[in-house]
Amino acid sequence: MPINFDKALGVHDNALLLFERRNQLLAENITNADTPNYKARDIDFDSVLRGQQSGQLAMTATRKGHISSSTNTIDQHIDYRVPTQSSADGNSVDVQQEKAAFAENAVRYQTTVAILSRRFSGLTNAFKGE
Amino acid sequence: MSVFKVFDIAGSGMSAQMLRLNTVASNLANAETMASTPEAVYRARHPVFKSVLNEMEMAGNQGLATVKVQGIVESDTAAVPHYMPGHPLANQEGYVYSPGINAIEEMADMISASRSYQNNVEVLSTSKELLLRTLQLGR
Repeated sequence: MPINFDKALGVHDNALLLFERRNQLLAENITNADTPNYKARDIDFDSVLRGQQSGQLAMTATRKGHISSSTNTIDQHIDYRVPTQSSADGNSVDVQQEKAAFAENAVRYQTTVAILSRRFSGLTNAFKGE
Repeated sequence: MSVFKVFDIAGSGMSAQMLRLNTVASNLANAETMASTPEAVYRARHPVFKSVLNEMEMAGNQGLATVKVQGIVESDTAAVPHYMPGHPLANQEGYVYSPGINAIEEMADMISASRSYQNNVEVLSTSKELLLRTLQLGR
């Protein structure tokens, strides 16, 4: 039975990419906490997952000029946050909320790294056959 | 490389907040600077922040929003006249003018700037930790 790295790693390598992108988005929100008219953005995790599971219909690029459509990129699921409080300068960042989300995301990232690490050591064990 | 963008983002925030702290320091230091005419008086300075979407990246829809200081505006608070005939800068009528700087407002601004700076530092150190962990993957 050939070992398939995609199967061995499962969803976790994609999850790492998602958490990395979300980490960047939340960093943007925190950095722009004092910028007038900046709107906070976040990734809708549910819709990313749904997109992964349903495998949306893809459009095929049949000619050279066609724009390729990737079906389920992470950036498709970025949306503006619904502000909890309105502010006079049009900024919709709630720093407390963003910091909590950032901490949560960091823990999720570390969990995924730990799982991947286990997967790799499992594979190494299998290769060695000791 | 995309993983290191978060350092650009948090770094831009830190430098913007540092500039804000500098303007606060400048305003507080000059709160008692007198002048002989209302026009010559020091005016409180405040930075205006603007988020910058990196347009080079927009093609891939990965625009990162760093922050930059769009400009520094001078406040138009009226100068406060003081009747001090003995003051070396006093005009013919015996008045000197001080900038109408509100120390409480400046202190509140300072606290807000330093908190924002701390938030950025936290983002930076957490992200660094995550990347270092990823580097250790599979060891």
